[in-house]
Amino acid sequence: MSETSFRGRLTAFALVAPLVVFLAIFFAWPLASMLKEAVSDPVGSRAFPLTADVAGDWDRQSEPPEALKQAFVDDLRAIDDQQLLGDAVRRLNSAQNGFRTLMSRTARALEEKPQGPVDLEAVDKRWSDIRFWRAVADSTNPYTDRYLLAALDYERDAGGKIAALPAEASANTAILLRTLGIGAIVTLACALIGLPYAMLAASVDGWKRQLLLGAVLLPLWTSLLVRTAAWFILLQEKGLINDTLMSLGLISGPLPLIFNRLGVVIAMTHVLLPFMVLPIYSVLLSIPRNLMPAAASLGAPPWRAFLRVLLPLSLRGVVSGSLLVFMTAIGYYITPALIGGAQDQMISSVIAFYAIGSANWGMAGALGAILLVATLALYTVYGRLSADRTGGR
Amino acid sequence: MSQSDIRFENVSKAYGTLRVVNDLDLNIDQGEFLSLLGPSGSGKTTILMMLAGFEAPSGGTISVGGRRVDHLPPHKRNMGVVFQNYALFPHMSVAANVAFPLEMRGVARAQIEEKVNRALDMVQLGAMKDRRPAQLSGGQQQRVALARALVFEPSVVLMDEPLGALDKQLREQMQLDIRALHKRLGLTIVFVTHDQSEALTMSDRIAVFNRGRIEQIGSPREIYDRPRSRFVAEFIGETNLVEGTLTGIGEGGATVTLEGGGTIRVQPSAIRPDAGPIAGGIAGQVNGQVNGPVNGPANGPILVSVRPERIRLGTEAGSQNAYPATVADAVYHGDHLRIQLDDGAFGFIAKADRKTAEFNPGDKVVVSFAPSDCWMLPA
Repeated sequence: MSETSFRGRLTAFALVAPLVVFLAIFFAWPLASMLKEAVSDPVGSRAFPLTADVAGDWDRQSEPPEALKQAFVDDLRAIDDQQLLGDAVRRLNSAQNGFRTLMSRTARALEEKPQGPVDLEAVDKRWSDIRFWRAVADSTNPYTDRYLLAALDYERDAGGKIAALPAEASANTAILLRTLGIGAIVTLACALIGLPYAMLAASVDGWKRQLLLGAVLLPLWTSLLVRTAAWFILLQEKGLINDTLMSLGLISGPLPLIFNRLGVVIAMTHVLLPFMVLPIYSVLLSIPRNLMPAAASLGAPPWRAFLRVLLPLSLRGVVSGSLLVFMTAIGYYITPALIGGAQDQMISSVIAFYAIGSANWGMAGALGAILLVATLALYTVYGRLSADRTGGR
Repeated sequence: MSQSDIRFENVSKAYGTLRVVNDLDLNIDQGEFLSLLGPSGSGKTTILMMLAGFEAPSGGTISVGGRRVDHLPPHKRNMGVVFQNYALFPHMSVAANVAFPLEMRGVARAQIEEKVNRALDMVQLGAMKDRRPAQLSGGQQQRVALARALVFEPSVVLMDEPLGALDKQLREQMQLDIRALHKRLGLTIVFVTHDQSEALTMSDRIAVFNRGRIEQIGSPREIYDRPRSRFVAEFIGETNLVEGTLTGIGEGGATVTLEGGGTIRVQPSAIRPDAGPIAGGIAGQVNGQVNGPVNGPANGPILVSVRPERIRLGTEAGSQNAYPATVADAVYHGDHLRIQLDDGAFGFIAKADRKTAEFNPGDKVVVSFAPSDCWMLPA
């Protein structure tokens, strides 16, 4: 490599270095650590290192081997970090009820006999129950799929098989489906409003076009919180819309526009409309102007020319717009939180609950990972579709 | 009147205060190849768009075969239109593009396929039917557009600078192809172009437009050899224009006296062979119907036009219309030399056969041209 091209590469790297550093610190690292939280379960392996070494030799079905029991006893004697022990007990208790009392009784027994083998089954007969040993052995695996399974309302049963959670404990799937449903409705609403709007904006010019584009761009320049608050004011029971309709005598009582699904869809559609209009608009601009006259000259009445020529050509914009809107919509948090009712909360609010409310980083990470996977899957589908289209040309 | 006689009567078009077409009267016969030629902004494309139905005339009537069409929407006019940039539908295959006008007319599926195949064979693109337009070359796209405009067998085909985007060689080939199709199918073609050589090659008649009016309409030969105005003479081909005063008219022709004192003899046949005897005065012969009387009586100012290829360059003085000159520049063009002359009074341009002689800047030559090669124009 010559001196100049090496220097050129160095300069190029130096120019992108701030971007790389920024992305690494504020995007890649948090993303990776949240994903790791979703699958990591380090307490057991840290609290019971000797047990962790031998847990792999046990098949979890036969009687627990003596080596395992001895290692566990040694581990318990070795722990002097009470905080760590507390965490480990909590972890075990969450897998198998009863550990709290079992562990304190066992710890007391071990304090009385600090040396040599101990007959744990004599200390507490729960130690003869294979499920408790299974919980101990499982807790020593530093990685777990239980958060991911729980995020989809599944768990591992006693036999280690994946099984559905009981109905009263399974809310995540319903919320996830609701999230996808609201995303789909908002996307559809945006497409139905955005396509004619973009066509109108592309067909006029001068100040009219500026006005139309400005009207749709304006929401992008204001904070999401402000826009949502504005909708709050407009939609509430004594809000502008209800007051106007009532003073016009069109309705006798206020329409339920807020704290329900309708309000959420209205507000989200408004906020996300630019992401639909702009891609369609740019696609429309790239359609040669003489295609519609050509269709007319070939005998197509206006509506058939629209259906056969303009609509299929603008679908590319509708697809990319829909993807943008949908992917943004399923991550929405503030708007449903302010405008929606309890039954309109989306997956992000559950994630926020686990992350902020209950400090359950594992669950927050797992739900986030599932949202990420759904988004990436959609993006892949979109990439395939658009690649096919360019390949077909 | 035949089925597709096209008649513009007193048609005008204005955008706000800007008048693009002024009081146009124009008849196009069935089976005729008419070129609308003019610089951009001369109104030629607007006329085509009014005929196709994309623009409504501000005044006057347009009829085809005796039936008024100016109120009909474009899709009911049944004219084939070939657009400047082909206007092929990018999301449809070649075959689907060509089938489109047939589908719009409700032609049966089996028949559509047959007609599409025939139309594509006609433009030698039968093998490309499943491709997308973007996979074709410019010339192939142009031929698809042509097939699409012809497949529903319109009697009138309108073409808006259809060859403008093609390179020279392909353009010349397409000119011949379109000309051949025109003859074979007996089409009426209205062809808009700003390329004068294209118009000369292809047309039965050319209408030269300037500022929304027809400057002159006639066969390519008439337009080139006997332009009626300075605009036409300069727009069609290249010419040498000499200003002078008409000082003598007689049986033997006319005499034009130049400012510097020399004279140019113009033979009667070169003034206006179809205008009868010269005794009637040059005014009535040269003016033509479009511009009205222009050169007035003898002693009026006049322009003499001499085409560069008519100018002879020699070494000895000839009998008539001979002037000494110096070669200022000689540019090699392959089949001819383009020579810029400096003769004091007017800078002539001559085209010389490459074989006849070698000319170099500084050479002293004698410029001469036959009185029959001159053409008089209103100044």
